Amino acid sequence: MTDESTSTSNGLPVSSTVLRKLHDRFGAALLSVHARAGDETANVRRETIADVLSFLKTDAELAFELLVDITAVDWFPREPRFEVVYHLLSLSTRRRIRIKTDVPSDDPRLASATPLWGVANWLEREVWDMFGIRFDGHPDLRRILMYEEFEGHPLRKDYPIRKRQPLLEPRIDVHGNI
Amino acid sequence: MATSEHDSEFRTEDMLLNMGPTHPAMHGIVRLILQLEGETVKRAEAEIGYLHRAFEKHCETGTWTQAFPYTDRLNYVSPLINNFGYAAAVEKLIGIKIPERAEYIRVIMSEISRITDHLTCIGATAMELGAMTAFLYLMKAREWLWQLIADVTGGRVTVSYGRIGGVKADLPINFDEQCRRALKDVAKAITEVDKLLTRNRIFVDRIRDIGRISTEDAISYGFTGPVLRACGVDYDVRKAFPYHVYDRLDFDIPIGQTGDTYDRYLVRMEEMNQSARIIEQCLQQIPGGFDRQHPAGVRLTPASVLSETQLGGHIEEYSETFMELPPTLRGSERQRRPGILADDPTVVLPAKEETYANIEGLINHFKIIMPGPGHGIRVPAGEAYMAVEGGNGELGFYVVSDGGSGPYRVHCRGPCFMLMSGLHKMLEGGQIADIIAVFGSINMIGGELER
Repeated sequence: MTDESTSTSNGLPVSSTVLRKLHDRFGAALLSVHARAGDETANVRRETIADVLSFLKTDAELAFELLVDITAVDWFPREPRFEVVYHLLSLSTRRRIRIKTDVPSDDPRLASATPLWGVANWLEREVWDMFGIRFDGHPDLRRILMYEEFEGHPLRKDYPIRKRQPLLEPRIDVHGNI
Repeated sequence: MATSEHDSEFRTEDMLLNMGPTHPAMHGIVRLILQLEGETVKRAEAEIGYLHRAFEKHCETGTWTQAFPYTDRLNYVSPLINNFGYAAAVEKLIGIKIPERAEYIRVIMSEISRITDHLTCIGATAMELGAMTAFLYLMKAREWLWQLIADVTGGRVTVSYGRIGGVKADLPINFDEQCRRALKDVAKAITEVDKLLTRNRIFVDRIRDIGRISTEDAISYGFTGPVLRACGVDYDVRKAFPYHVYDRLDFDIPIGQTGDTYDRYLVRMEEMNQSARIIEQCLQQIPGGFDRQHPAGVRLTPASVLSETQLGGHIEEYSETFMELPPTLRGSERQRRPGILADDPTVVLPAKEETYANIEGLINHFKIIMPGPGHGIRVPAGEAYMAVEGGNGELGFYVVSDGGSGPYRVHCRGPCFMLMSGLHKMLEGGQIADIIAVFGSINMIGGELER
């Protein structure tokens, strides 16, 4: 067993400043860490995602001011099925970190990052559109790349690439205009 | 006649206006839903998705190499940067290093692409504001660069020049001379446009102090690239996280002060000069130099002659039939490849001569090309995020492998997506006529925005 300051409660090695600080602050909520290919990555418990992101953004030393990206990976048929992936960047310290959280298929929802970053609005809409993962607290969770009537979520692994969508009637408003 | 009593009761209604999706100034196809009070924009909302082509879904169905043509179509003004960004992400995941010469070629081609990107942005913006001359000058300049790109890659826009482990072909003969000549002409065109626009009262009045965004908002909306730098933040992936050989090159990051449309214009103008500076340094530093004449091609015996020989037939009349492969685009030559492709047979296809001439080469070729389990480029299970500096900002690729023969997931972080998500911050409170200038200055590229 290694020293507590360099390993998580699960015995995972925590080498960098960022991961160590995360571990000190969140302890058991930090499920796993790795730095393969040079990308520091932390997998955190779904319930704590909003706190983790808020901590990373507001902590004076870490200062991950810029939300680079939110996306998801579908590991169908494995459970928990989805992995939501956040990429953060600190402009002042020139550091990057990747935060991941597992989302089960029977309850695909997660706290929204919209209170922290403006760009989270569109990024979370895209994840909802493509994977069908809901973000609690999002002000306007609509589809973004697909249209409202689209059936299914195309980047899910069980969505066939050649699937046809029903043809739509023209949309007509209350005044009878197309 | 309206009395003052009537005036106080006179009510105005906000007007809802759809700008796009097929408005001539909405580059690509995008719809802006505007709530107007007179000519003032009270609320603006962008609706996107008209150019969605399922890039990420398609990548999951093919092999690692088959994603290259899709990446051409992300930012179609600077497709080479997309090619190299994707290739670098996969290389990071595999953990291979590409040859130094290939790194220099990538940097040279990326910077040429960056200039074409900025030329398009400035030219189109100027044209939409009425400066047709500037547009023609800049399109002419872009044409010279695209000619250069066509000489190297064989295509103008859909180039597919990147390869995992390097680049597709070596530089053509006398590339440095051609490149210097083209850049000199381009610099002349840029200087002309600079004289026409930068201190032009009409142009400056039209774009100064409009579309301003605060640094806090720009960071909150994930802005990168020239739009963020115009706000005074010196973040550039080439400096902050140097990739390829950018850490050996000497260049400056221009930044603005106010974050308005004029500053974005100035930042882009200066970045073109810096790109030219980078290319000149690369031309001097590139290991291996440049060919001055066509190196002897490889002479291959045609299959018909081979079979005649094997059958013991008469081959006298065929003995002079040879196919000659030049070393750059149309074929490959064994001795040129160490410079441009990594030495790793599990990732890089063998030279064509090997494929045609011996069984090991043939097996190697098929193992990489054939689909199905156990075939394809061996990418270990895992994930990697690699960012390069695209024309509009940080262009990132997040690739996930499950150890199979193709990508499990490819996600592209196109800088336009973030710029468009914060566009309303620049438009709200401004005039409707300013939308054209502001929208032009963020250089929205539909292919990258909607993937």
